[in-house]
Amino acid sequence: MKQEKAKKYGMVIDLDKCTGCGSCMVACMAENNVPFREDESDKLLSIAWMRVYKLTNGKPFPDTDICYLPRPCMHCEGHHGHSPCVSVCPATATDYSEETGIVSQIYTRCFGCRYCMAACPYHVRLFNWWDPVWPDGMEKSLSPNVSVRMRGVVEKCSFCFHRYQLTMDKAHMEGRRELEEDEYQTACTQACPAGAITFGDLNNPKHTVYRMVKPDHKQGGKPKNPKAFRLLERLGTNPKVYYLTSREWVRSMDDNYLKNESK
Amino acid sequence: MSTLDDQAKEVSEDVADRVVETPTQKEGNQVDGSGGFIILFFFIGLIASLILGWIIYPKLLYSQKKQPIDFNHAIHMDLVDDGCESCHFFREDGSYSGVPKLAQCIDCHEEVQGETENEAVFVQEYVQKQKEVPWLVYSRQPDCVFFSHVVHVKTAQIDCTQCHGHIGESTNLKIYEENRITGYSRDIWGKNMSGYKKNSWDRMKMDDCAECHAKEKGMESSVQTKKDACFVCHK
Repeated sequence: MKQEKAKKYGMVIDLDKCTGCGSCMVACMAENNVPFREDESDKLLSIAWMRVYKLTNGKPFPDTDICYLPRPCMHCEGHHGHSPCVSVCPATATDYSEETGIVSQIYTRCFGCRYCMAACPYHVRLFNWWDPVWPDGMEKSLSPNVSVRMRGVVEKCSFCFHRYQLTMDKAHMEGRRELEEDEYQTACTQACPAGAITFGDLNNPKHTVYRMVKPDHKQGGKPKNPKAFRLLERLGTNPKVYYLTSREWVRSMDDNYLKNESK
Repeated sequence: MSTLDDQAKEVSEDVADRVVETPTQKEGNQVDGSGGFIILFFFIGLIASLILGWIIYPKLLYSQKKQPIDFNHAIHMDLVDDGCESCHFFREDGSYSGVPKLAQCIDCHEEVQGETENEAVFVQEYVQKQKEVPWLVYSRQPDCVFFSHVVHVKTAQIDCTQCHGHIGESTNLKIYEENRITGYSRDIWGKNMSGYKKNSWDRMKMDDCAECHAKEKGMESSVQTKKDACFVCHK
């Protein structure tokens, strides 16, 4: 069978546009059957595939500034697909696909050792301490395209991979092998009212994400756009989620720098 | 197994020798006699556990359910023009309809057709009451599996029988066997408990999918396994 050109799906989040409204988090939870509990006050125990963090420059008024940072799974490429979580998983429950560049998590394969959670530098992986309990009748609103998780397994953002599967089905029905850019978009991308999130194939120069960050694939996808950065760039995890901002103080928070160290 | 049997034979020969050597010693006789019993009980236990494991356990593991209507595929295949896809069709968005809904059956079965008892029950119990038939799906995969019919049937041009066997030529539906522990159909594991398969449709476990994917697709997109990636058939 003829092989299609390998994709590298990635995301660009414009932090100057993000208002911190949390629509992406809500859309993600609804789309992916993410479980919640009656008491969600302890955020260390709650599960959210997409989480919005609040950053502040720490300066007093009138110089104070705030930035909201939405954080999905980074789908790290690492070096040749050896992302931190994939290389440590003893159960082959998580995997990097060279075909799409997406890091998968297979819940039925995971036995809950949480080694991947320790390995992930972005805290995107979350553990199910309990079986999900849905309020009466709500189980009818669950998406059949995403399998629900059980107690004792790790879960994380999948870049809404089920949407890729469904659009690929449509493409095959129409005799195509390639998807249009707008055919496969994640739930958070579509939900963002500010249009801060852009999603697409980083290998395809026609896609907006490519034009926005200009990834240098010889250097693990490092952005050539000076406004773009990736979280913890120096770890070499080569994430596929890029952030855009014109604010210098936000950019300087992308990694851990020593006091006398210049970026 | 053969080595175990051989050893057992040797032991029993040993015992026999000793019996011949010390025919007059009463105590020796008693010891040798109990040795024979141990071997006897060993074999009784072995055979009992083999029967338990291979014959009784599978019977206990699977519950047997009858389909609500004994559907005759062969009759329908003679009447329709488009083969399997006449009833098990694809939608425009590439999704697969699977088992037909009552609305499709009603197109022809508004009134009782023919004289079979099945037909009468079907029209009376389901068509007139507008109730969906609770078919038991032999090939239902676990929840974590994403199976795309359109890729296999339209793009790869795989025949339905490759996975489903000659169900289209059957005149009645076989008993549906459900695994009491997992709730899956027996057709996933296959009829043969030891995992031996003669035909491509005998079972449909992950290894069966992966085997064909490795052979036909030749993808090595998974970093972990150097086979087809997990996020192809999983969701």
